[in-house]
Amino acid sequence: MATAYDIAMEQAEIKQDGGAPVVAVENLQKAFETQKVLNGMSLSVSRGETLAVLGRSGTGKSVLLRLIIGLDQPDSGSIRINGQEIVGLALDGMGEIRKKMGFLFQQAALYDSLTIAQNVAFPLERHRGEMSRSERGDRVEQLLAEVGMEGDLDKMPSDISGGMKKRVGLARALALEPEILLLDEPTAGLDPISSGEIDDLILKLQRERQMASIVVTHDLHSARTIANRLALLDQGNVVIAGSFEDLERSEIKFVKEFLK
Amino acid sequence: MASVFCFGSGVCTGFLEWFGNLGIFFWQVLKAVVTPPYEWRELIRQMDEVGSKSLPLVALAGAAVGVVLSMETRESMTRFGAKSLLPSAIVFAVIQEMGPIITGLVVSGRVGAGIGAELASMKVTEQIDAIEASAINPYRLLAATRILACILMLPLLTVAADAGGLLMGWVAQTLAEPISLHHFINTGFSGATLRDFLPPTFKTAVFGLIIGLVACFQGMRTRGGAEGVGRAATNSVVLASLFVILADVVLVKLILVVFH
Ligand SMILES: Nc1ncnc2c1ncn2[C@@H]1O[C@H](COP(=O)(O)OP(=O)(O)OP(=O)(O)O)[C@@H](O)[C@H]1O
Ligand SMILES: [Mg+2]
Repeated sequence: MATAYDIAMEQAEIKQDGGAPVVAVENLQKAFETQKVLNGMSLSVSRGETLAVLGRSGTGKSVLLRLIIGLDQPDSGSIRINGQEIVGLALDGMGEIRKKMGFLFQQAALYDSLTIAQNVAFPLERHRGEMSRSERGDRVEQLLAEVGMEGDLDKMPSDISGGMKKRVGLARALALEPEILLLDEPTAGLDPISSGEIDDLILKLQRERQMASIVVTHDLHSARTIANRLALLDQGNVVIAGSFEDLERSEIKFVKEFLK
Repeated sequence: MASVFCFGSGVCTGFLEWFGNLGIFFWQVLKAVVTPPYEWRELIRQMDEVGSKSLPLVALAGAAVGVVLSMETRESMTRFGAKSLLPSAIVFAVIQEMGPIITGLVVSGRVGAGIGAELASMKVTEQIDAIEASAINPYRLLAATRILACILMLPLLTVAADAGGLLMGWVAQTLAEPISLHHFINTGFSGATLRDFLPPTFKTAVFGLIIGLVACFQGMRTRGGAEGVGRAATNSVVLASLFVILADVVLVKLILVVFH
């Protein structure tokens, strides 16, 4: 029999769960041959939070995202998704976790044998078998409209621009309504207007679906708009993490130079 | 002791490492093949790809070999006064050895290069990572379907090469000394049993396994941009042809021991 005490405890646990980080990275180390890329990095993101990851080119931002979705294995350290350790997990074990994650690659990585619409439909065909063909078609159109790509459904990836590819890649990443969004420079190569639209979309998703996002970006303006928290990386580590104002107030030379 | 067999330890460890990785790759594919979901649609698409693209080439190569064989055997058989055995000599030579090995080599070139380059370019543009990131097993979707398609299509293609070889072998004969196709086939196949012809035809399934496995392996482990793609295609063809010829030696011996 559940006593009032049990119920209260349960509720407390649920509350605690809600505040617990969705993605928690601890003491991550990754080297390629002799080159140390990540050097004991730790960071975390909670539900409804957007973390912007900043840093110079080649500091390992893309490597960090690839590790979080398990495409590469770290040399040491821990990565927990919703509390579950994924380091060392085999391909099959990662499947269920990855269905809850959306990933945008730095170069978009669209399937070049499929059209734009088929690219976005691909995850739906695979994991939403219960959807009818017309439902899927509607969903694809809606996703592409959200990123401003409603006009080019039947074009091939080789026939669209880099910025357009990025937007299609984002639509594909959003197809399964993920809980966790990992975006590698979503607004790189976009004009200010399109970039603003993507920022608005990310903000909307964060508000409406309480999505947890990690967004790698070089665009300080965009980072300031979308992120609750920013993390600045250098030499394989987080130099500073906090709100934009925290970063602006910092006395660290590297941070000052970076924000200049 | 090992150094006795290896002229340079670099070459030797490289070779062993390659085989080790090939074994691991094969194991991953096997695991993916025996567990659902099964990729029927992609399998059929790949069978069509392997079959229809290689069919004209294979038939043409078989036909050319039939003509050459016919002309040369005629020359030597006439010299030794065994002209009546000519049809049998051609039938046995084509079906037991020339058809299978020609098919194996032509498909190594056509399909080996095709698969090697396709998967390699998908790998270097992160499309394979994108498949994995959408919680789909790339070994199942990409490798298993291509390897199975090769295994299933090779025996069928061999029959086409045999047919081309026999037909043109007969044409070459009848041009030199008129003989009806009916008579040619009848005398050619007299005294032959299915045991003579089925094992050599079905041994090409092993060639299919080799071609598919080597090409998928080389493609999916590619690194290094466009140059890497070219290298993967070349290596797929070279290694697949080489292993097809080596496997043929073993298979011929095995068939002789088991079936005769
Ligand atoms: N597969 C790999 N093999 C070897 N080195 C690699 C590999 N992947 C990344 N690196 C190295 O890791 C470092 C970090 O790369 P990464 O792509 O994460 O940089 P980044 O921070 O995303 O840069 P950018 O802002 O330019 O995208 C680079 O020096 C790169 O050379
Ligand atoms: Mg990057």
